[in-house]
Amino acid sequence: MASKTTVLTLPEDELVHPGNRACAGCGLSIAYRIALKALGRDTILVVPPSCLTVLQGLYPIAATQLPCLNVTFASTAAGATGVLGALRALGNTSTTVAAWAGDGGTSDIGIQALSGACERGEDFIFFCYDNEAYMNTGVQRSGTTPQGAITTTTPFSGKRQQKKDVPSIIAAHGIGYVATASASYPLDLFDKIKKAKTMSGPRYFHIHIPCPAGWGFEPRYAVKLGRMAVESGLFDLYEIENGKWRLTGASRKLIGGKRRPVKDYLETQSRFKGLSEKRIDKIQKEIDAKWDGYEQAMGAQKDIAGPDAE
Amino acid sequence: MHIIESGNVAAAHGVKLARAQVIAAYPITPQTPLTEKLSEFVEAGEMKAQYIPVESEHSALSVCIAASSTGARAFTATSANGLLYMVEQLHWAAGARLPIVMCVVNRGIGAPWTVWNDHQDAMSQRDAGWIQIYCADHQQIIDTVIQAYYLAETVSIPVMVCYDGYILSHTYMPFELTDPEKIDAFLPPYKPAYALDPANPANLNTVTLPDIRPDIRGQMAPGYMEIRHDLHVDLRRAIDVTADIDKKFSVAFGRGGNPFLEPYRCDDAEFVAVCLGSLSYHLRDVVDALRKEGIAVGVAGVRLYRPFPDQAVINLLVGRKAAIVFEKALSYGNQGALYGDIKAALYPCADRPLVHNYILGLGGREIQTAHLLDSLRTSCRTPDAIGDKPVWLGLKM
Repeated sequence: MASKTTVLTLPEDELVHPGNRACAGCGLSIAYRIALKALGRDTILVVPPSCLTVLQGLYPIAATQLPCLNVTFASTAAGATGVLGALRALGNTSTTVAAWAGDGGTSDIGIQALSGACERGEDFIFFCYDNEAYMNTGVQRSGTTPQGAITTTTPFSGKRQQKKDVPSIIAAHGIGYVATASASYPLDLFDKIKKAKTMSGPRYFHIHIPCPAGWGFEPRYAVKLGRMAVESGLFDLYEIENGKWRLTGASRKLIGGKRRPVKDYLETQSRFKGLSEKRIDKIQKEIDAKWDGYEQAMGAQKDIAGPDAE
Repeated sequence: MHIIESGNVAAAHGVKLARAQVIAAYPITPQTPLTEKLSEFVEAGEMKAQYIPVESEHSALSVCIAASSTGARAFTATSANGLLYMVEQLHWAAGARLPIVMCVVNRGIGAPWTVWNDHQDAMSQRDAGWIQIYCADHQQIIDTVIQAYYLAETVSIPVMVCYDGYILSHTYMPFELTDPEKIDAFLPPYKPAYALDPANPANLNTVTLPDIRPDIRGQMAPGYMEIRHDLHVDLRRAIDVTADIDKKFSVAFGRGGNPFLEPYRCDDAEFVAVCLGSLSYHLRDVVDALRKEGIAVGVAGVRLYRPFPDQAVINLLVGRKAAIVFEKALSYGNQGALYGDIKAALYPCADRPLVHNYILGLGGREIQTAHLLDSLRTSCRTPDAIGDKPVWLGLKM
């Protein structure tokens, strides 16, 4: 990776206006602000109904300085395809097309169009901002809601099923770049986007987005919670570049080190208040098994942590 | 130059001549030969366009919506359940005021499955805010596709060019293939009022509120209701625009003259049969036969169905004894939709005719000339005996 961006070297150009309609403590407003800095002004956005639709403002006022096409819920990746098709037809090969959908708009209703676009090799960057439920409609469960989370459609004992592993599904299309990121590690996100911009074809980002209103915590802890999700090994930062998987940033530092117990993370949010000790223990065991797998793979494949380990 | 080809290939030539820049389609019978032909034109380099083989009809129209929003001339085509899978996008394209052209190769809709022709697919979308034009032969298909872009881009409203599955899509007929230079002189390149552009950013199709709201300069911007009212006003305006385009096309190519209804032997007719699509040409034979029996009857095929050309309907039908509406679709639980529209148009007129309704040909049920003859003869001989409810023709059980 090229030299790492710091808060001092981050572009000063602000493409997301302050005072927008995002909730206090919204992880998306952090990730979006930083990501648009990385994408730059020569970008066209495609956005389905989601929290971002609200963040971006109600007609006739807009909170961002990039052109944006609002599209229907299931059509995000097809919308991006259409923008690209027109740009090619009009001889424009320089503008970046970036789609931004929530977890429902990506993992549930939008996955067919996204799969089609990845299979066709469309030259776009797709961002899934994963706040782990249908937050904009009032916290209903989605495919990426984690097990045990109480939502308005899993109201008492929490979601029974596991979180859908969308980055792996997208990676299975054999696209050139898949990355996870977190709103709590904005510089990691920034640098990954800068790298993705040097590549072509479909590129997919899955960004973990703490949501005070939907998860049940005080807005001031948004960044802290996002970090705890990574430090506990529950949500991992990685990238898959041309088929090669590697942990990055804060997750890579956990290899061979000590992970925070997942219980610490789960206890901070009212959505997990229905979890029994037994279920927490089961979640911890699943995380441990996943990380055992990472470390075993590391043994078999020395460069899993990458040649440029910090 | 005349060529003999299928209706689907006629449509493909229309799209090629109109120089569509982005084509997105998903296969469904009986539309497939049209999009196959387009992919062939593009891959052979005969047509400079982006052909995007999407994974669904929903995505096909999504691609067209986004491409049109970015400033390209967009085309798609579908039939039956494919059209219904697009429904959300149909309304979106109209609301976003995008001049997309789509061929609807008319087919019945499931369940139960049918792949054969009727008009229920397009008819079910008459209120989506699109312009709908029906074709009766291959020449009309190719000419209408070209005119549809002119119309769509003039009023910023998408257009469906509807033609009968199999009866037109898969039959062969001669038609004139006009020189591309002449079409270029008729149809200028697409110049959108606004297209997505990083140098001039805008947030399109964003959330509106029930009331109007000022923008950051304090200027009032329209709300949802004003935006939708504009769509309706412009759809009504599209009636006159359709007539103007037809005139211009007639002068340039010598074809046209009947943009709203295409009459046959109507001048002195006491009775007029009315229908959509190729059925009007079938009814011409029936009219000829009944004329020999001394019945003063004619037939008119409705070309422009949405916006509904009320005045043209009034001009054609007021003063007749009866208008007999034959339909390959209906508003279930009520009556034929065209029948209802015609009655509504005629209601304010003092000298309005009786109006009859026959439902036929659903799911490709064979439309026998004998059935048309018998029913039309009965309507003309005993017009007062038919009554105000749809009569089903060709039911066998």
